[in-house]
Amino acid sequence: MIGENARQPLGIVVSGSVDKGVEVRLDSSASVEDMVVGRYVTIEGRQRRFFGMITDISLGVTDPQLTVNPPDTADPFLSEVLNGTATYGTIHVLPMLTIGGDVTSLIEGPQPVKTVPSHFSMVSLASDDDMNLVFGEEDANRFFIGNPLDMETKLCLDLPEFVKRSNGIFGKSGTGKTFLTRILLIGMLQKSKSVNLIFDMHNEYGWMGTSETDGRKVKALKQLFPEKVAVFTLDEENSRRRGVSTDFVVKIGYDEIEPEDMVLLRQTLNITDLAVEASYQLRRRFGRQWIQRTLDVGESEDTQELLKEMNIHESTFQSLRRGLQTISRLSFIEPHAPVDAVNTLLSYLDKGMNVVLEFGRYRDITAYVLVANMLARRIYARYQERMERSMSEDIAPPNPLVITIEEAHKFLNPEVASRAIFGTIAREMRKYNVSLLVIDQRPSGIDEEVMSQLGTKITCLLDNEKDIDSVLAGVSGKSELKSVLARLAPKQQALIFGHAVPMPVPIRTREYGSAESYKGFIGEAGSGQQAKKDIEELWD
Amino acid sequence: MGFLKMPDLSDRVGEVIEASTTHFVAECYQLYELPPLGGLVSVGDTSLETFGIVYHATTASVEPGRRPIARGKDEASEEEIYKSSPQLEKLLRSEFSTLVVGHSNGETIYQYLPPKPPRIHSFVYLCPSERVREFSRSFDFLNLLLNTSLPVSVEELVAATLRQMSQAHEDRQAFLKAAGRELAVLLSSEFSKLRAILGRLRL
Repeated sequence: MIGENARQPLGIVVSGSVDKGVEVRLDSSASVEDMVVGRYVTIEGRQRRFFGMITDISLGVTDPQLTVNPPDTADPFLSEVLNGTATYGTIHVLPMLTIGGDVTSLIEGPQPVKTVPSHFSMVSLASDDDMNLVFGEEDANRFFIGNPLDMETKLCLDLPEFVKRSNGIFGKSGTGKTFLTRILLIGMLQKSKSVNLIFDMHNEYGWMGTSETDGRKVKALKQLFPEKVAVFTLDEENSRRRGVSTDFVVKIGYDEIEPEDMVLLRQTLNITDLAVEASYQLRRRFGRQWIQRTLDVGESEDTQELLKEMNIHESTFQSLRRGLQTISRLSFIEPHAPVDAVNTLLSYLDKGMNVVLEFGRYRDITAYVLVANMLARRIYARYQERMERSMSEDIAPPNPLVITIEEAHKFLNPEVASRAIFGTIAREMRKYNVSLLVIDQRPSGIDEEVMSQLGTKITCLLDNEKDIDSVLAGVSGKSELKSVLARLAPKQQALIFGHAVPMPVPIRTREYGSAESYKGFIGEAGSGQQAKKDIEELWD
Repeated sequence: MGFLKMPDLSDRVGEVIEASTTHFVAECYQLYELPPLGGLVSVGDTSLETFGIVYHATTASVEPGRRPIARGKDEASEEEIYKSSPQLEKLLRSEFSTLVVGHSNGETIYQYLPPKPPRIHSFVYLCPSERVREFSRSFDFLNLLLNTSLPVSVEELVAATLRQMSQAHEDRQAFLKAAGRELAVLLSSEFSKLRAILGRLRL
C-alpha cells in the first residue's frame, strides 16, 4: 500500500510537534505559489503514513542578509540558483490521520494522529486514491456532497452516521448555506433512512428556490422527489400563487399554544419577563383556553379584581395581551384548528414522507419561532412517548427524525436554549430518535452547550472573529483550521468537520441547479429503487 | 566506474618541485606555459593519482636575489627582447601552485585529501575535458576550496575553477547552475560570499 504509486514529492518534514503540526521544506521543483491552504498531503513516515492538511505557507531564507540586500531578480541565473536553496518555501501541515504499514492497521483504517512523522519524511500531495481511502467511496450509505479543494475526488458523507447526531450548517448570508442544505437534505432522504421535517422560512426547500447570483430558478425537493416529499403550508394563498401543489394547510388553534412558547417569543414580541411569568399563571387559571380567555377579558372591574387576585400587575398584563394580540393577528392562528396539524404531520412522517413546512408570506420571525417551537415540542413529546413504548413493548421505534431549522440562534441563544425544545433536542441528541439540522449565519449567537453537542459542522465562509471561534470551539488544530476557514471562497466552498468525517476537509460543494445535476441526484435515487425492486422480486 | 585512462604526454605542463598534503608547486617546462587559474591538473600514476586545482602562478628569476632588468629600450617588440637575449629563457621560470582537491586509485575518484602527497619530480598533467567531466560529477571538492586560506580570494578561485570546468561540459549553463545550487547550500549563511561567486560565474 505504501509507496504504491510514484508521486511528485513536495518536500520533506524538517520539524514539528503533535500539537502544532509539522514544518515541511519545499523542494525547489515545487512552487510555493502552487500550494493552497486547505489542500491535503500525505507524509510517508518510516512505519506509517500520515494524512494532513496544509494550514499555512511561508517563505524562508537561509541568510537574513538576503532580505536586507535582495539579489537582482532580473538575472535568471541568480534566481534559478537561489530558488529552493538560499530562498525556499515552507508549508505548515497539520497531520490528522495515520495508517500503519501492517495488515491490522490497514483493516482498521485511518486512525487519529498521536505522533509525528520522523525527520525528513517525504511529503507529497494526496492523490484521489488517498482521499477515497480516508473518506470512502460513494455507496449505499455515502452521499457525494462535493469535491475536496483542487481535487477531482468525490467527497462522500456517511449519512446514517451523520444523522445520528444534531448537525449544523453555518456561513455568512449569501455563501451557499441554502444550496448546501438542499444537497444534504436530498442525501438524507435518499440514504439515511431518516425522515426530515423542514421549517422553511423563506419557501426555498419545498418546490422551487432561486439562485442569488443570477436569479435563476432551481428545483427544490418536491419537484425532484414528488413521491418522497410533502409540502405543508401556513399560507395557502401564497403557495398557490407560487404554483406549489401543497399537501396540507396548517392551521393552529389558540389552545395549542403553551406558555413555553411565550418564552421564546419574549424578544420578538417585546414583552417583559413578568408578562411571560403571568402567562403561566393564566394558563393554570384558564386551562387550554387561556389565550382566548385572556384576549376576551375586557378592561372591566372584574379584570382588575382578577389581576389582583392573581397578583399580576396591570402593565404586565397589558404587555402580555399586546403580545397575544400580535399572535392572534396571524391568519393561520384560529381559535380552534379544524384538523390537528401535529397528527397529520406525524402520519406523513410515519409513512416515511419528508415534510417541508412553508411559511408563505409569514416571513417574520415571530411566526417562525412560534410555529417551529410549538410543532417541534409536540412532535418531540410524541416521539419520546413512542420511543419509550417501543423500548418497553419491543415494537419498532418511529423513523429517525431530523428537524431542520433556520435562524437557529433565535431558538438556541443562551437565554432560551435551556428552556426551549430545540435546546433539549440538541442536548439529548438521538435518545429519542430526533436530531436537529441547525442553519445559521451567526453561530456566536447559539448557546455554547448546544454548539458543543453538534456532531458534524459544515461551515461556509465566516469572517466574524466571534463566529469563527464559536464554530471551531473544541476542535483540535483550531488555529490552523481558522486560517483555512477564513480563506474559503465566498461561494460554493465549505469546511466540514466533526463526527461524520474522519478529518476536517474543505470542499467545493456539488453542483446544484443545472439539468445535469438534477439527473445526478435523481439517478442515484433511481438506482437505489431499482436495487430494492430487484431484491423484492428475488424474494417473491 | 571503469579503469581511468591516464593523460597523454602532450598534456604535460610541468614537474612537481614542492609538495605537501594540501598543496604542491610545479615548475613549467616552458617559460609562460602555465595552466590557467582554476585549471584541474593531475599528478602521479594509476595507483595514486592526485588532483589539484591551480590557484596561483608566478614567473620570476631563477635566483631569488637577482631581479630581471628592463631590456627593451632599443627593441621594436617584446619578442625581439627574447630573441636578442636567449639566455632569458633559462634565467626566468614559471611556477604554479595547486591546491589538492582529490585523488584516485585508478578506479574511483575521491574528492578528499590523498593519503600521501605527490613525489617531487612527478609529472603534472593538465586534465583533458573527458577527465574534467568525470571529476566534476560531484561537487564535494567545493567544500575543500571554500575552507582553505590562500593568497588569492576564495571567491575568485571557486569562480575560476567552475568556469574552467564548465568548458568541458556541453551545457555550460546547466553545469554552472548545478554548481551554483551546491554553493548556495554550502554558503547558506554567507550570502555576500555566494553573491560574489555567482556574479563571477556569468558567461
